[in-house]
Amino acid sequence: MTTSEYASARETTEGRVFTVTGGDWDSVTSSIDPLSNEKIVVNMGPQHPSTHGVLRLVLELEGETVTEVRPVIGYLHTGIEKNLEYRTWTQGVTFVTRMDYLSNMSNEAAYCLAVEKLLGITDQITERASTIRVMFMELQRIASHLVWLATTGMELGAISMMLYGFREREYILDIFEETSGLRMNNGYIRPGGLAQDLPDSAVKKIRDFLAYLPKKLKEYEAMLSGQVIWQKRTQGVAVLDVTGCLSLGITGPVLRAAGLPWDLRKTMPYAGYENYEFDVPTATTADVWGRYLVRLAEIKESLKIVEQALDRLRPGPIWIEDKKIAWPAQLALGVDGLGNSLEHVAKIMGQSMESLIHHFKLVTEGFRVPPGQVYVAVEHPRGELGVHAVSDGGTHPYRVHYREPSFVNLQAIPAMAEGALLADVIAGGASLDPVMGGCDR
Amino acid sequence: MFGVTGTGDVSGFGRLVRPRPAVFDSPRPYGGYFDDVYDALEEAYPALSEAIERVVVDRAELTLHIRPERITDICQVMRDDESLRFELCSSVDAVDYLGSDERRFHIAYQLTSMTYRRRVRLEVAVPDGVAVPSVTGVYPTADWQEREVYDMFGVVFAGHPNLTRILMPDDWEGHPQRKDYPLGGVPVEYKGAEIPPPDQRRVYQ
Repeated sequence: MTTSEYASARETTEGRVFTVTGGDWDSVTSSIDPLSNEKIVVNMGPQHPSTHGVLRLVLELEGETVTEVRPVIGYLHTGIEKNLEYRTWTQGVTFVTRMDYLSNMSNEAAYCLAVEKLLGITDQITERASTIRVMFMELQRIASHLVWLATTGMELGAISMMLYGFREREYILDIFEETSGLRMNNGYIRPGGLAQDLPDSAVKKIRDFLAYLPKKLKEYEAMLSGQVIWQKRTQGVAVLDVTGCLSLGITGPVLRAAGLPWDLRKTMPYAGYENYEFDVPTATTADVWGRYLVRLAEIKESLKIVEQALDRLRPGPIWIEDKKIAWPAQLALGVDGLGNSLEHVAKIMGQSMESLIHHFKLVTEGFRVPPGQVYVAVEHPRGELGVHAVSDGGTHPYRVHYREPSFVNLQAIPAMAEGALLADVIAGGASLDPVMGGCDR
Repeated sequence: MFGVTGTGDVSGFGRLVRPRPAVFDSPRPYGGYFDDVYDALEEAYPALSEAIERVVVDRAELTLHIRPERITDICQVMRDDESLRFELCSSVDAVDYLGSDERRFHIAYQLTSMTYRRRVRLEVAVPDGVAVPSVTGVYPTADWQEREVYDMFGVVFAGHPNLTRILMPDDWEGHPQRKDYPLGGVPVEYKGAEIPPPDQRRVYQ
């Protein structure tokens, strides 16, 4: 047995176990007898640059062929669903936005749509609020797909793609920061409206971005699509057809890359998506290549929606009229973050006792939601994001469950990877675009 | 809000812990496509009246309360019948109605028909310690979701291929999302003041 300072070996009842720390595969492979000991079990992750977050894959290998994969999750479980039951309905936004941190606008919107459906105020959401919601969800989708392109590029060896993807995403995060004060985890969409109105400076930034990104998209296509390595690493890899997708519950770009044009924005519209013109891109190859093409095309469609939303944007209120639900204060961005505007503080502290009481009750105690349950689903960058919200009539959620596409989609890894090569596990896993914050919640 | 004790209130705001309001059968017609779904299901599964406990239409959503032992049969029919075609099981999750329902755990299955663009929720209620038949044979996607329900609520799914914990560590004791499982937490110091954990906050006494 070869010993190495990088790969120490010990005997266990399960066989010989190596602890590998990098750059030392020679010492592992040289000590395995290829005739009598063909199978090795490799533990990949949870801290591994190619597993897209803290995902652990237990792989059984025969040579370079994967015979069995077992995904192990839960390393990022934060108990958000449990925590929600101890806060008001409005405070819940702050939690759900931290689930899938690459698409927090969809998380917030789905939660708010569910709360609004429970309250029965879906029709009272103002035109402007809905338009801004749609616009931000689409910007978020672009940002999420750019990160997918960036990380997948990195995992397949196209390091420059990672730099470009993150660079472009920063423009979108700037827009969010301009509007909500935060780059990520915005807490921007609230039950009944939005935390703050969209400032004119952000509108200008969005217009600039709409002019900027299409040029860059052409560059990515020129860089990746025609590239032989990229094609070889993606075409025919990790195939999962429509039957496989539906039985495993896979939705989103993976399903559309298999040829089924199922997009909740079209098929079961919400938040006014029926008023926008866009296509649902599909592919028929059902492989990583198809998923790449679908996501690239979706970025372009999202740009179209953002442009239409900007054109539809009219001045108006962003909160519903019902003062029993609408946030009592106009929020303003101060040096220490988002807070009540000075004007509002002056009014409740100096002029109107009733306003103060109203503010205090609504902010500390929150509004009551009639008992019942709803299930609301939105098209998240990774598939169907469903919120099952249950109220017992109180000021806190009784139960909120997130049907997270990352969680459900990860079940497909064994189906896609078993029987293929080790390198294709990386490509296949990346093509699902799992975000472990969302998966583990 | 002031000095409220003994209600199990966790907010400190005197939120009364109210029993779950009684759920009533909705009268026919249910409206929309709900009647079509119910009729189609009755035709495809003649013993429906024995399998179904009640039909609830609320907030434009149809909920069919199913007897636990029939859930796999119903799912099979819902998936395969030509006029139902619920191809996708979107979500499986549980709600713990501790104290307001003897059968405290309600498992909700959100089914989606892509052919007809419809959604239906199936709901199954079981008391603690009673197993629910697994639907993984009909909808393989329920695999991880049933494991999550088991992990978080301790509901056992009979016939599940590998019912182990999924999010919590394997040696964890208890099932965290049960209503009688405490939230826990530690006090946090912020700007010199100590803020108690959420379930011990703001008791106005």
